[in-house]
Amino acid sequence: MEKYSFFVELLGPSWGFFVGSALHILVLIVALLVALAFLLLADRKVWAAVQIRRGPNVVGPFGLLQSFADFFKFVFKEIVIPAGANKGVFIIAPLLTFILACITWAVVPVADGWVVADLNVGILYLFAISSLGVYGIIMGGWASNSKYPFLGGLRSAAQMVSYEVSIGFVLITVLVTVGSLNLSDIVRAQQDHVWFGFTWLLPMFVVFFISALAETNRPPFDLPEAESELVAGYQVEYSSTLYLLFMIGEYLNIVLMCAMLTILFLGGWLPPFDIAPFNWIPGVIWFALKVCFFFFLFAMVKAIVPRYRYDQLMRLGWKVFLPLSLVWVAISAGIVVAFPDTYPLVK
Amino acid sequence: MSRVASVARTIFLWDFVKGFAIGMKYFFKPKPTVNYPFEKGPLSPRFRGEHALRRYPDGEERCIACKLCEAICPAQAITIEAEIRESDGARRTTRYDIDMTKCIYCGYCQEACPVEAIVEGPNFEFATETREELFYNKERLLENGDRWEREIAVNLELDAPYR
Repeated sequence: MEKYSFFVELLGPSWGFFVGSALHILVLIVALLVALAFLLLADRKVWAAVQIRRGPNVVGPFGLLQSFADFFKFVFKEIVIPAGANKGVFIIAPLLTFILACITWAVVPVADGWVVADLNVGILYLFAISSLGVYGIIMGGWASNSKYPFLGGLRSAAQMVSYEVSIGFVLITVLVTVGSLNLSDIVRAQQDHVWFGFTWLLPMFVVFFISALAETNRPPFDLPEAESELVAGYQVEYSSTLYLLFMIGEYLNIVLMCAMLTILFLGGWLPPFDIAPFNWIPGVIWFALKVCFFFFLFAMVKAIVPRYRYDQLMRLGWKVFLPLSLVWVAISAGIVVAFPDTYPLVK
Repeated sequence: MSRVASVARTIFLWDFVKGFAIGMKYFFKPKPTVNYPFEKGPLSPRFRGEHALRRYPDGEERCIACKLCEAICPAQAITIEAEIRESDGARRTTRYDIDMTKCIYCGYCQEACPVEAIVEGPNFEFATETREELFYNKERLLENGDRWEREIAVNLELDAPYR
């Protein structure tokens, strides 16, 4: 113990908490990144299968190690910084995207009590951090000092701001119904209301799903990185590890959105039916299964839906989703007031 | 009515549901993809791949240094130098280079050759790590000829009736 006395002194009497948290975070990040490697492969496999292709199948059995091969390829490549680029911002942008994508996971409960920070304002925290995500993209687009990245960055900013509004209102409907901003509480409230997301919240479920596609720049809303127009949008000038950070950040955000859908509407770590064969399976596996289900939907959407035109994107965000979610906030508030015995679910 | 129907279709994301169903149908279809490095597609006997210089069965080079291939090469990828061989006075090449980075694989050299010495074989997997490795010399081309002789002979025989 003598050896570590300096650290104990530095961290104060709660040093055990710090060390525990650090370990918890490390385990979470490593698990996330490994899961992400396979989800990335799954994404490509699903996409390939719909196009009657096989997808990556050479590295490892069924191509299972493809993402790791890609990882090493990216890491060992040369970092090219364009001559006209703003060097500092250029390097900070992908770091910012990656870090923001990682720290959002702090409040996501993957099973009962399995959460790094059980914040009472979990949803607010998530919403705040995911709104900051747009800075990484804008900075990357601007610092590249090139046409396409700049256009991609601008498009992305406009798009994310538009859809964040409706996402915000969807979150409000859920938290008005549940009566708590704590993500764990939201899941626990669904213990007795298992098909919670399929009641009058179903339209919001769909709106959230579609907004999540737009928020994470996934097809059919991938205008910021539309291959046929902007080559790769804000990522054009990036290479090597910096590109890798952008890509990991993007996919972490996608998985985060899947996790949010799971927690808000599909009962998080809870089994779909609270009866014998289902509730034997531990919560974390239910959570992972549900996230994978949504990720599969994300991948399918990428495979089957053509890209939206820019005005269609804006129309959908501002003239359809915004009024719809706004009305639903009023409706759910009305329901909560009309049935004070049942709602809010958390007293 | 049709307007109501179209609005209903939009609200219930009918197009998306239908697209999803079609997507899933294709998802489980057998894949037509050739599993490339492990299985390969069929090649025509006329396939124009990597070049090779052939020999007669007794080991003598076919090439007589007539330089017709060098003359006809549209990319000017072939360089030949020739001398009279001292032992028997036969005309032979001392240098036969093909710059594979210039070559456009048109097959004219093979067409021009009167003794079927230079041919384009069935091999197309000769990628290299450096550019210099693609500057083939006579030695390399003869080695190719020895390695691919069986396949080349079969292909030439198959294609002979059409020449």
